[in-house]
Amino acid sequence: MIYRSHILICNGTGCVSSKAPAIMEKLQELLAANGIEKEVKIVKTGCFGLCEKGPILVIYPEGATYCRVSVDDVEEIVNEHLIKGRIVKRLLLGDPNVEDVSKSRDNVGFFAKQVRVALRNCGVINPENIEEYIARDGYAALAKAVTEMTPAEVIAEVKKSDIRGRGGAGFPTGMKWQFAAQQVSDQKYVCCNADEGDPGAFMDRSILEGDPHSVLEAMAIAGYAIGANQGYIYVRAEYPIAVQRLNIAIKQAREYGLLGKNIFGTDFNFDIEIRLGAGAFVCGEETALMTSIEGKRGEPRTRPPFPAVKGLWEKPTILNNVETYANIPMIILKGADWFSSIGTEKSKGTKVFAIGGKINNTGLVEIPMGTTLREVIYDIGGGIPNGKKFKAAQTGGPSGGCIPASHLDTPIDYDNLIALGSMMGSGGLIVMDEDTCMVDIAKFFLEFTVDESCGKCPPCRVGTKRMYEILDRITQGKGEEGDIEKLEILAESIKQGALCGLGQTAPNPILSTLRYFRDEYEAHVKEKKCPAGVCKAMLNFEIIADKCKGCSLCAKKCPVGAISGEIKKPFVISKEKCIKCGVCMESCKFAAIVKK
Amino acid sequence: MSCGCCCTDNKSQELDKIIAKYKDSRGALITVLHEAQEVYGYLPLSVQKRIAEGLNVPLSEVYGVVTFYTQFFLNPKGKYKINVCLGTACYVKGAGQIYDKISEILKIKGGECTPDGLFSLDACRCVGACGLAPVVMINDEVYGRLVADDVPAILQKYIDQEAELAKA
Repeated sequence: MIYRSHILICNGTGCVSSKAPAIMEKLQELLAANGIEKEVKIVKTGCFGLCEKGPILVIYPEGATYCRVSVDDVEEIVNEHLIKGRIVKRLLLGDPNVEDVSKSRDNVGFFAKQVRVALRNCGVINPENIEEYIARDGYAALAKAVTEMTPAEVIAEVKKSDIRGRGGAGFPTGMKWQFAAQQVSDQKYVCCNADEGDPGAFMDRSILEGDPHSVLEAMAIAGYAIGANQGYIYVRAEYPIAVQRLNIAIKQAREYGLLGKNIFGTDFNFDIEIRLGAGAFVCGEETALMTSIEGKRGEPRTRPPFPAVKGLWEKPTILNNVETYANIPMIILKGADWFSSIGTEKSKGTKVFAIGGKINNTGLVEIPMGTTLREVIYDIGGGIPNGKKFKAAQTGGPSGGCIPASHLDTPIDYDNLIALGSMMGSGGLIVMDEDTCMVDIAKFFLEFTVDESCGKCPPCRVGTKRMYEILDRITQGKGEEGDIEKLEILAESIKQGALCGLGQTAPNPILSTLRYFRDEYEAHVKEKKCPAGVCKAMLNFEIIADKCKGCSLCAKKCPVGAISGEIKKPFVISKEKCIKCGVCMESCKFAAIVKK
Repeated sequence: MSCGCCCTDNKSQELDKIIAKYKDSRGALITVLHEAQEVYGYLPLSVQKRIAEGLNVPLSEVYGVVTFYTQFFLNPKGKYKINVCLGTACYVKGAGQIYDKISEILKIKGGECTPDGLFSLDACRCVGACGLAPVVMINDEVYGRLVADDVPAILQKYIDQEAELAKA
């Protein structure tokens, strides 16, 4: 069947949350009502990336990208665009007055600097239809690997590409595969880490939702390379859409003989099962993840032995992250030289980042390694909203750190980020502006690690708790002389003493904020002041007598009656009664109230 | 057989089916717990006992797993489960204030349920809808780009809905 128009509509979590399914229903209804349902095809795709402007839909052949579409806009799109052939300019993303509508989005900047390898099919194909994946060269890499290459050649190609793990630590993927391939065992396993636990990170989710087959194909290639016939995908239960699409993809791949027995007529067998997480951040750590797949408490264990020697059920196992896998078919198809031509000397290829926080274009981007933070935040991300000043970018989640404005021009790669005291992590990038208190952010992450520590080793279980208590005290205005030094000593001992990656990296948010924003800590401890005006205990609201017109509005709004005065004379706030809710400041029409 | 909780026979039959399905597969405990919680809404001790017997694992191990993972509940949740995302993206955009506001209005703390069983409040990890930050989920409904002042109207919607149901 040939259609005259195709409507691609994003069905990633972001757009589904902002009613993409209702928009699809309305589209179907109106297409049928106008008798054009056989001329126009609706394709539900994965994430386009620009979640900020969701729900997004793109109509081909024109290539018109419509953003922030609501159910009420659908009628206009059908009547104008699909029936009369007129572009609905008011919904167009970017510049509505370009001659070629497919170019309207170019001036958003968001798309221009991206290079899409791992995300090559996201927003392009219907993830629930294996044929669309095959049409985009899907499973051709698996065919090439099992019919034209030996397992050793596959590993050599992956090694030559220099791809490093996209899950955080950046271990060379090819080496990991080689270690597992060298083991002699009756049974080996291939696992996929889809337990994307870093808050603010949604790269893996988007790949699973937008292109699940790329992960299945890569796992089968890995299975062939190391001699495994069984794979497990460990995915967060918080990602229901991803789980559902993975299930569909596995079923389809089995029906097409791309998973199962005698793949491509060879004697290679491989199958995949999904295992659901149940809400434990530590399960993103490789040994903990495997323990959890075994159905136990997800506690990590000491290494060595490494999983490549003794992993799942004590058998040689490789574990790679979703994004790493999504790159593999392209490396096999296009070759290691092509892949390693992208990126920097020690970090090859691209990296997907989820940019969020105080930034205009929240969303998912894929950039070549070596792109600077400034390009990501200003050119792609569109800068900071409301004219505020950039303060720091946080990468690596609770294991990472904050990078200040002075390092905005650093090219992003594994080694540079570590040198700056942060890390690549899985790719969450949260932007903070001048209104963010760095001590509060460090406390936020420590609260997270305290909560998520599995409790097995004391440095992490007790140490992070003590660090949290000190930070809490500091933000309450009860910081003591020597607290900062205590934090530093604790941080170092935890780094050295903790059993797994979670504990070893838990002090990073404190160490990096101390490194770049020590003055803020000192202001909290010595002057009992929060420079960003976040830590309530240290805030004081004051009325500037000169600016106050004595209108009494603030006194009326104050929920605790802390403001008093005579009409037309300056009012005053009682420090004893004030609960620091900030309502007075918001209500004042003369900007006469300040927080200090 | 009565299991001493609020479950009906229907539910226990479903539980038996789940146990039978996974009895012989390796490492299936977490999967069984997920499915059992689908049936009961939470995992009371009686259900855990049944699973321990059915899968032939010690009850201590079942209890250990249930209490290790945050998504398994020992106590029932509200009819409307409110989850406030406290992931980093939401946090820097003020999710903390929204959480406080809900807690203040409903007079419950995180992990608690209102006495009428209508609402429960929890802080949750990133739901991955960072483009809509700050985000609150009530059952499967996602509310995004919120400010604290939006909270009363959202809660009222559910209270009104309940009142309608009570009338009908």
